[in-house]
Amino acid sequence: MQDTSVMRPTVPAAPAGDPLIVMEAVNKWYGTYHALRDVNLSVGRGEKIVLCGPSGSGKSTLIRCINQLETIKSGSITVDGTRLDDSSRSVDAVRSEVGMVFQSFNLFPHMTVLQNCTLAPMRVRGIAAAQAEATARRYLERVRIAEHAHKYPAQLSGGQQQRVAIARALCMEPKVMLFDEPTSALDPEMVKEVLDTMVGLARDGMTMVCVTHEMGFARQVADRVIFMAEGEILEQADPETFFRSPRHPRARSFLGEILAHH
Amino acid sequence: MPLGYTLDFSVVLDALPALLWGCAGTIGLALAGMALALVIGIGGVVLRGSKHRPLRSLVIVFVELIRNTPFLVQIFFLFFALPNIGLVLNPTVTAIIALGVNGGAYAIEIIRGGVQSIDKGQVEAGLALGLHKGQVFRMIVLKPALRAIYPSLTGQFIMLTLTSSICSAIAAYELTSVAQRIESETFRSFEVYFTITLMYLAISWLLMTGFSVFSRRYFLYPTR
Ligand SMILES: Nc1ncnc2c1ncn2[C@@H]1O[C@H](COP(=O)(O)OP(=O)(O)OP(=O)(O)O)[C@@H](O)[C@H]1O
Ligand SMILES: [Mg+2]
Repeated sequence: MQDTSVMRPTVPAAPAGDPLIVMEAVNKWYGTYHALRDVNLSVGRGEKIVLCGPSGSGKSTLIRCINQLETIKSGSITVDGTRLDDSSRSVDAVRSEVGMVFQSFNLFPHMTVLQNCTLAPMRVRGIAAAQAEATARRYLERVRIAEHAHKYPAQLSGGQQQRVAIARALCMEPKVMLFDEPTSALDPEMVKEVLDTMVGLARDGMTMVCVTHEMGFARQVADRVIFMAEGEILEQADPETFFRSPRHPRARSFLGEILAHH
Repeated sequence: MPLGYTLDFSVVLDALPALLWGCAGTIGLALAGMALALVIGIGGVVLRGSKHRPLRSLVIVFVELIRNTPFLVQIFFLFFALPNIGLVLNPTVTAIIALGVNGGAYAIEIIRGGVQSIDKGQVEAGLALGLHKGQVFRMIVLKPALRAIYPSLTGQFIMLTLTSSICSAIAAYELTSVAQRIESETFRSFEVYFTITLMYLAISWLLMTGFSVFSRRYFLYPTR
């Protein structure tokens, strides 16, 4: 399991200590389209990263490579010491340790909230139903939706559904949570309840990689903001520095657009 | 109706028990055929999405072969040709296989449409949770997919039930062959076929009622 031969990445602002995720010289192609260009990124344990950039810049692609929803052409990705390859062993190892929250919630419509939360712990981890339920109720409590445990997704609001999706991922007790624009599909009045949940998670020490354009959230919890354009990481800095004085012209124009929309 | 022909339903009345047994035979054939068709349909969809090209091609060829040849020829093939290679089946078993295989080919296409209608985010969410592809299909995709195409699938199953009358050609035990026998003994063709027409109508109605009861119990969850 432990791969000690991994080189320390030479990324600016790389966190100290044994990183949880290390991406080195990652290149991803969709057919003839070069979606990730030599991406180097290392995420420390407990670190919170906000990933931003214009549409089509490869943010989703980047985080989807981490749990192998996408396969890479070259470079290497290591998650908690497991070097990702195509073997089912590495896929299984990584996916059960990495939680993901999608823009469109993706709750399973034919299962109750509780069933959504117990499915993977029971089927992937082999946990007994009673224990899986107890864990699920604990996390549903934590995202403050326990009273809806018996309902079906279609009976919940968007914000409630997204909080269930967060609880569902947490039930696997992952080491890192990936968020892909978790509030973009929500009505404005529901954005806050989801962001508050994420802030709580951050406070509890979860390692998080969040694709989001919620700059308030980035300011509040991010250790590092990473700016991407055209498949490249162009800039990374702590949020204060990034928002106050972005160095790259593309980052400046991007921030200008974001602010104009808010 | 020829002039001077007088209707006489008393023969039908005398043959009623036999006809009702025929109805039971038809329903039995149909239910067994549906079960087989469902298994072939779901299995076919899985193979159709396999990463092994020969398996995918096999399913495509199967579907094309069955959907572009007459059912009567298919059942004759099973009944008369297979004994030549040492496979002798009784008429009812042959009929069930023929109905299941034929219905299965149509079911593959219908169920595949249902599977394709499922948002790929559902699959990704399952994979991201660590479930394997097979588990994702069984536990996440299948039920909503079946719900999406339930009306087409049950419509196809009604077709399968009515098609079972063709199994009279190999004297399988079902309503039409019972009717043929009674007709040949009594020469009361109009009365007999009029009666079984109503009986087929009743069988279809019964099945449709069954399908809708099943759907209310199985697809409990609300959508939107
Ligand atoms: N499955 C795919 N096949 C082909 N091209 C793809 C695929 N997925 C993404 N792309 C392309 O790769 C590029 C990066 O896509 P990605 O979804 O990672 O961008 P993004 O930064 O998340 O954008 P957005 O803010 O719109 O979500 C885009 O140009 C997109 O069109
Ligand atoms: Mg995206």
